[in-house]
Amino acid sequence: MITLTDVSKTFTLHNQGSAVIAVIDKANLTVAPGECVALTGASGAGKSTLMRMIYGNYLTQSGSIRIGDVDLVQAQPRDVIALRRAKLGYVSQFLRVVPRVPTLDVVAEPLRVLGIPAPAAQDRARALLTQLNIPQRLWGLSPTTFSGGEQQRVNIARGFAHPYPALLLDEPTASLDPHNREIVLSLIADAKARGAAIIGIFHDAEARDRLCDREIDVGAFTPQAVA
Amino acid sequence: MTPLLSVQGITKHYGAHIGCADVSFDLYPGEVMGIVGESGSGKSTLLNCMAGHLAPDAGRVVFDTRKPSEGDAADHENHGPRDTVTMSEPERRMLSRTDWAFVHQHARDGLRMGVSAGGNVGERLMAVGARNYASIRDQATDWLGRVEIDAGRIDDRPTTFSGGMQQRLQIARNLVTGPRLVFMDEPTGGLDVSVQARLLDLLRGLVRDMGLSAIIVTHDLAVVRLLADRIMVMKSGRVVESGLTDQVLDDPQHAYSQLLVSSVLQV
Ligand SMILES: Nc1ncnc2c1ncn2[C@@H]1O[C@H](COP(=O)(O)OP(=O)(O)OP(=O)(O)O)[C@@H](O)[C@H]1O
Ligand SMILES: Nc1ncnc2c1ncn2[C@@H]1O[C@H](COP(=O)(O)OP(=O)(O)OP(=O)(O)O)[C@@H](O)[C@H]1O
Ligand SMILES: [Mg+2]
Ligand SMILES: [Mg+2]
Repeated sequence: MITLTDVSKTFTLHNQGSAVIAVIDKANLTVAPGECVALTGASGAGKSTLMRMIYGNYLTQSGSIRIGDVDLVQAQPRDVIALRRAKLGYVSQFLRVVPRVPTLDVVAEPLRVLGIPAPAAQDRARALLTQLNIPQRLWGLSPTTFSGGEQQRVNIARGFAHPYPALLLDEPTASLDPHNREIVLSLIADAKARGAAIIGIFHDAEARDRLCDREIDVGAFTPQAVA
Repeated sequence: MTPLLSVQGITKHYGAHIGCADVSFDLYPGEVMGIVGESGSGKSTLLNCMAGHLAPDAGRVVFDTRKPSEGDAADHENHGPRDTVTMSEPERRMLSRTDWAFVHQHARDGLRMGVSAGGNVGERLMAVGARNYASIRDQATDWLGRVEIDAGRIDDRPTTFSGGMQQRLQIARNLVTGPRLVFMDEPTGGLDVSVQARLLDLLRGLVRDMGLSAIIVTHDLAVVRLLADRIMVMKSGRVVESGLTDQVLDDPQHAYSQLLVSSVLQV
C-alpha cells in the first residue's frame, strides 16, 4: 500500500547562510495492508520529516513515494488533495482547526468533504467523541480552548472518522492518560484489523511492541559524511 | 479533466514598471488557489487582469464557459474553453454577472450603498433576467440567512451595517447567481479577528457545498492555510514558488518564501 523507493531529503536555509541540512538519504520502505510499522531513531533522526514527506507536506527531492497507485513525489497538488481525502490519513502531533468551528463539525469534516451528508457524518463523529471520552457539553464548542489531551483526542477522532487504507500517526498516545491511551491503541488495532497500512511514531515503547509488526530505524537513512 | 480556468503568460506593465509578469497556472473545478506576497508584489494586478477589470499587455485567460441550457437564447456553438481577454465586452460583462463573482477588499466597492440589503442581492438576480418580485425577495432572504444576516434587516441599507456584515452582504450578493468562479481580493482584510474567523468558516462551507472554485489574494498566511488548496507566492510581479498550500508554508523552497513564512509568528 505504501512504498518508498530511494527517497532523499535536504533542507536548504537560504536566509541562514544557505545552510544545507541533509536529513534522509535513499530511504526504502514498504508497508502492506494490515501491517503497522514503527519509525524509530534518536531525536532529530528525521522520523517526523519522513512522515511529513509521505503525507506530501514536505517536498521530496528524489525517489518515489507510492500510496496505492499514486506517486506523491510526481503528483499535482489536486491529486495529492484527492489522495488525502480518500486514502491517506494523518494524525499530526497538534490539532490545527478553523477557529469557531464546533468540535462535532471538526471531527465530521473529513467525511463531509467526501460527500457524506451531514447527519451521517455527525453520527460517526458523535460515536468517536463518545468513545474517546470527550464530554458531550464540549461538542458544540471549538476545540481551540481545550486542554492538550482533549485536543489530542479530537485530533484522533478526526483522523479515524474515515476508514483510510493508509494511515500516518505521529505520537498518537502522547499526553493521554492510561485509560484514553488504551482506547486509542484499540482504535489503531481495529484500523489494522480492517486492513489499513499504518506507519507510526511512538515514544511509548510498550504501545509500539503491542501494535507494530516491524520497526524501521530512521537513523539508518541519515546521510553519511558531511551534514 | 478540462481546467475551469487556464491562465497563460499574463503580463501587465504600468508604463515601465512591472505590475505582474508571465504568470501561468491552471485551476480545476472545486479548487481554491491562494495568491500571497508582500505589498506591491502584483497580486491585485494579476487578479484584476484575470477578472477582466484590467487589460493585460500579453497572455490569455481561458475560461471553460458553460453550455447554454436547453431553449436558452444564448449562442449554442460558443461554449467550452474561451479566451476571455479577447472576448467581446458584452460577453465578458455577462460572464462577470453569471459564472464569475468578485469580492472586493472594501465591501463598499462591491455594494450599492444607497440600495437596501435585499436590493443589493436582488439586483444581481435581475441582471441575469429574474423578474418575479416575490421569488427575488425569497432568494434574497434565503441568502441573507446563509451569510448570517438577520432577515429583519432586509430593507436596511448597508450603510447601517458593521464592516463584517457589509462583507457578508457582499458575499451574498456575489454568490446568489450561483457562480462557478469567485475572485477575492483580501476578503478578510480590515476585519477584526473573530469576525474574520466567522467569515472564513462561512467561505469554507460555501466552497464545499456549492463546489465553487476560488482565487483568493491575501497577505494573511493563516487565511490561505485554512482556505486554499494551493498557493502561489509572488514577488516583484513574478511567481517565485507555487504548490500545495501546507507544503509551501511548512517546507518553502525559495529564499523569498522562506523569508515570508519565517517573518510571521506561527501559522
Ligand atoms: N521545516 C524544516 N526546515 C528545516 N529543517 C527542518 C525542518 N523540519 C525538520 N528539520 C530538521 O530535520 C531534522 C529531523 O527532524 P525531525 O523533526 O524529523 O526529527 P524527529 O526524528 O522527528 O525528532 P523528535 O523525536 O525529536 O521528534 C532536524 O535536524 C530538524 O531540525
Ligand atoms: N494604476 C497603477 N498605476 C501605476 N502603478 C500601479 C498601478 N496599480 C498598481 N501599480 C503598481 O504595480 C505594482 C503591483 O501592485 P498591486 O496593486 O498589484 O500589488 P499588490 O500585491 O496587490 O499589493 P497590496 O498587497 O499592497 O495590495 C506596485 O508596484 C504598484 O505600485
Ligand atoms: Mg518528531
Ligand atoms: Mg492588492
